[in-house]
Amino acid sequence: MKIGIPRAFLYYKYHYLWETFFEELGIEYIVSPYTNREIYKQGSIWAIDEACLSSKIYLGHVDYLIDKCDYVLVPRVFGYGTDGTVCTKFQAIYDVVKNTFRDRNIKILFYNINPKETANEFRAFLKIGKFLGKKKAAITRAYVIAKQSQKMHQEMDLKYQEQLLEKDGLKILLVGHQYNVYDRYIGSPIIQYLKELGATPIIADICDKKEAREASKQISETLPWAFNKELVGALAIYKDQVDGIILMSSFPCGPDSLVNEIIIRRVKGLPMLNLILDGQDGSAGLETRLESFIDIIKLKKEDEYERKN
Amino acid sequence: MNEKIKVACPRFGNYHIALEFLFTKGLGVEYVTPPPSTKKTLEIGSKYSPDFVCSPFKFNLGNYIEAIEAGANTLIQTGGVCRLGYYGELHEQILKDLGYNVNFVNMSKASYNNPLSFYNEFKKVNPNMNIKKVSTVLIATLKMVECIDEIDDFVRQNVGFEVKDGSMEKIQEEFLEELRSAETKKDIEKITKKCKKRLKDVKLKKPKKIMRVGIVGEYYTIMEPFSNHYIEKELAKKGIVIYRWMNVSNSVLHHNGKEQKKEIKNYVKYYMGATSMATVYKTLEWAKAGFDGIVHVKSFGCTPEIDAMPVLQKISNDYKIPILYFSFDSQTSETGIQTRLEAFYDMIMMRKEKK
Repeated sequence: MKIGIPRAFLYYKYHYLWETFFEELGIEYIVSPYTNREIYKQGSIWAIDEACLSSKIYLGHVDYLIDKCDYVLVPRVFGYGTDGTVCTKFQAIYDVVKNTFRDRNIKILFYNINPKETANEFRAFLKIGKFLGKKKAAITRAYVIAKQSQKMHQEMDLKYQEQLLEKDGLKILLVGHQYNVYDRYIGSPIIQYLKELGATPIIADICDKKEAREASKQISETLPWAFNKELVGALAIYKDQVDGIILMSSFPCGPDSLVNEIIIRRVKGLPMLNLILDGQDGSAGLETRLESFIDIIKLKKEDEYERKN
Repeated sequence: MNEKIKVACPRFGNYHIALEFLFTKGLGVEYVTPPPSTKKTLEIGSKYSPDFVCSPFKFNLGNYIEAIEAGANTLIQTGGVCRLGYYGELHEQILKDLGYNVNFVNMSKASYNNPLSFYNEFKKVNPNMNIKKVSTVLIATLKMVECIDEIDDFVRQNVGFEVKDGSMEKIQEEFLEELRSAETKKDIEKITKKCKKRLKDVKLKKPKKIMRVGIVGEYYTIMEPFSNHYIEKELAKKGIVIYRWMNVSNSVLHHNGKEQKKEIKNYVKYYMGATSMATVYKTLEWAKAGFDGIVHVKSFGCTPEIDAMPVLQKISNDYKIPILYFSFDSQTSETGIQTRLEAFYDMIMMRKEKK
């Protein structure tokens, strides 16, 4: 039995958890490759035209995996209880995938997180493990180890980012969902180009999540979505340690369409760039915008430096 | 605040009549009905809204600004289970940045787990309200909503066959106007009864083969006729019986979520968010009943409805029922809609004749 894991959406949040879990149980799995033009193209063909770019990419990864594994892992999340809700995309993704690829007889591995029906994470993993024919003790052990691995990697990421924050030079806070920021096709080119311009990208999503959700209230009181709460909270936490902010959203992301506007209207005193990623070819336009953004920050910094001296 | 309280909510179908009743009779405050949504409403709303936010946000904002200009000083946003849940905070911020000094009541601050929090939000509208009075009027208001929906359903299913064009519309308009003078639940029932009788007396001429089309889709766009370019009426006038389940009575007062989930279990396993379940549920039911077609409407970018579409496509395939998809934003062209409606009509007409 082989499990296919799409390298998109929640993969970026949970891949240590999922991968370690399957490894510990001795279950074979494959992860789809980094997003490339072909995957994006296939995803666009399968997706509804006006669906968001990230969900098109997701379907592209599923398309890649269908014939290469027995079951595709499509996590369905209803919400995170008091931590917040999710975009309805994550509630619907199981059935979107199921219907979109119905004629290709897709088989999906059960994975449902719904705190309302006590389907918490551990129970979800227990179900997966049992379905894969494993014993409860083995599943529990694998889950605990996977959870530790996930936690350890998150802490390492956080430590590394703390070091970056102490570095000299321009620091730019990237505020965007992990599945956009780390996607090789749409997010990585931005990180790469910022580095080429001599700036250090700080990733908002690398933060203490609990602290961030709490801190988000400083900026917005009624924010419903957990992921956006974490990003907005991270912004509140990091904003005094960076020189500029880039908001990165995939077109036409529902939650971001409102949240970005709140950020722009409420977070003052820092240069801000609102980047909408639409998956179109050609990086010239993007590079020009990033370059002039960085130039403006540099000029502003020089001005401040001269005024001080 | 010594100033007189003048409340306004965004326009939404014909429900402003019920809202006016609730606020004037129940909470004892003045209610300012925003002018009907127009192109200008959408223009004003779009001008101050973020680019790719869904169009109900823009309509609501336009309604608020027009209501303020008409004298409103207290605005209400309801909140909801999709993006709507975050509308209020941004609406309030935008209006504040524009320099409007109004009291903004955001129901998203209340929590369903704590009914008292709704009471607290209402208290912000009128701190001196009488809870007993409010509850009596609330019951009458819900009745009024049901009556408005009931009449609307009847008109939708019959207006295409009236002998004298415009008869039903006129009766419905008079009914809505008359409702504004209602004082009690009894009045509402009486006015509705009278209207029903008048509607039933309207002369109809029905053809032998009657075409049935069901309308499904996103909450706001399906219920606010201006935002969907009146396609419901356009279709009905071609001599089609139009069915629509989605209204406030069915979705809020008599919600049947569990039944919906059960009925569509061959297509959908989990709750897919907001109105998507009802969309799939009714499409499947009408497909099974042999309807001639389905029209799916939504505002551009509406995620729950986008996610319902792959399911609708499967139902369309399985039951061989044509589905026409509309997505509206602030730049939708009138001619494009007309052309697509015509083509859809011709197609279902031809299929009907072949049968």
